[in-house]
Amino acid sequence: MIYLSLTLLPDLLLAAMLIGIAWVALSSADLRRGVILFIAFGLLLAIVWARLHAPDLALAEAAIGAGLSGALLLIALRDEAGGNGVAGRVSPGRRWVVDLFALIMTGMIGWALWHAVNADPLDRLATLAYDMLGRSGVSNPVTAVLLNYRGYDTLLELVVVLTAVLGVLVIGSERRGYRRAGPVFCGLVRWLVPLLILGAGYLLWVGAHAPGGAFQAGATLAAAGVVLRLGGHHSAGLPGGYALRAALAAGIGLFLSVGVGTTLNGGRFLQYPEAWSGTLILLIESAATVSIAAALALAYRGGRPDDWMPRKNRGAGREVCR
Amino acid sequence: MTQTLIYALTGSALFMLGVRAALLHQALLPRLLALNVSGAGVFLVFVSLAYRGESMPTDPIPHALVLTGLVVAISATALALALNRRLREMDDE
Repeated sequence: MIYLSLTLLPDLLLAAMLIGIAWVALSSADLRRGVILFIAFGLLLAIVWARLHAPDLALAEAAIGAGLSGALLLIALRDEAGGNGVAGRVSPGRRWVVDLFALIMTGMIGWALWHAVNADPLDRLATLAYDMLGRSGVSNPVTAVLLNYRGYDTLLELVVVLTAVLGVLVIGSERRGYRRAGPVFCGLVRWLVPLLILGAGYLLWVGAHAPGGAFQAGATLAAAGVVLRLGGHHSAGLPGGYALRAALAAGIGLFLSVGVGTTLNGGRFLQYPEAWSGTLILLIESAATVSIAAALALAYRGGRPDDWMPRKNRGAGREVCR
Repeated sequence: MTQTLIYALTGSALFMLGVRAALLHQALLPRLLALNVSGAGVFLVFVSLAYRGESMPTDPIPHALVLTGLVVAISATALALALNRRLREMDDE
């Protein structure tokens, strides 16, 4: 049942602001304004996650959804420099059709959600998740779901990230870097990057018993790489050659090794022995952090690095396909 | 809970806002923004349904799904931006 009270005011305000910012971001003629409003939208969404008791998501949204997405989009605006801000809109007739379609669909989805929310509560998997939490090796339920109950999904997610990065590597070579920044920004870099690295390590460690985890830590490390690149470091903190390949594949490699190891030991794939659960989860998370950070920093660089080929084959790295 | 209802309806509105903008624009970057906003709407629906009120702990499984979705969304965005850059380079040649 609906009841209106003053405690709902923040939620109503946040909801209205979300829709408002999204509307203005998507309908602004200036692309740069749209991207910056999108970053603000991401940060507002992080507040909404905190409001809905989802602190892991709030951390991840602020780091990945607002921070890294915003950085990627802002740097992609440079590619649009030749074209105009927002390419031509469609004819008014087609616009009416799309608006009507959107209104009808919003109504239908809203009606379905209304019934879903007001229906009788069913048994949830959450009960099972909390009951088994003591045996999972960690005490943060989201980490338990990600790396123990549904560890296989996380493995596949790391594969998706690697596939996207491989696509970015194949498509072209990296963007031109920046020249060395002025003294103020260099001073900031000297303070910020060590703090970010430390923060990433802390998020990784604390993910076992408090909000945090591999994805938040990896995104924070990638943000350190972005700051380095903006300050003039061409490589965004990434190594070259084989070390970079090892970093990209480390997460999946370790995850698969643990899975195969548990199979060889008599269990199922990724069925951790209970005494080892916590250690194995921390190990896998560490490798995943390195992989995600390397992948996202490489995506920020925009393509195949100049030192992608190891030293011996340096001359053979020319593009041969057209 | 009314919070669930408010945020679920907001999520559906954001989703359709993104779909509408994706249908109306021609260039890739505005469409990418629109798809990201749609994704955020879907995540909002998930997390609002996972919220069970002030007294009960939240359902962690939709949280994990949304976390995975966030990472996949940024990977797809990065790939789409690289493709966009390459297409623009090819148009300029």
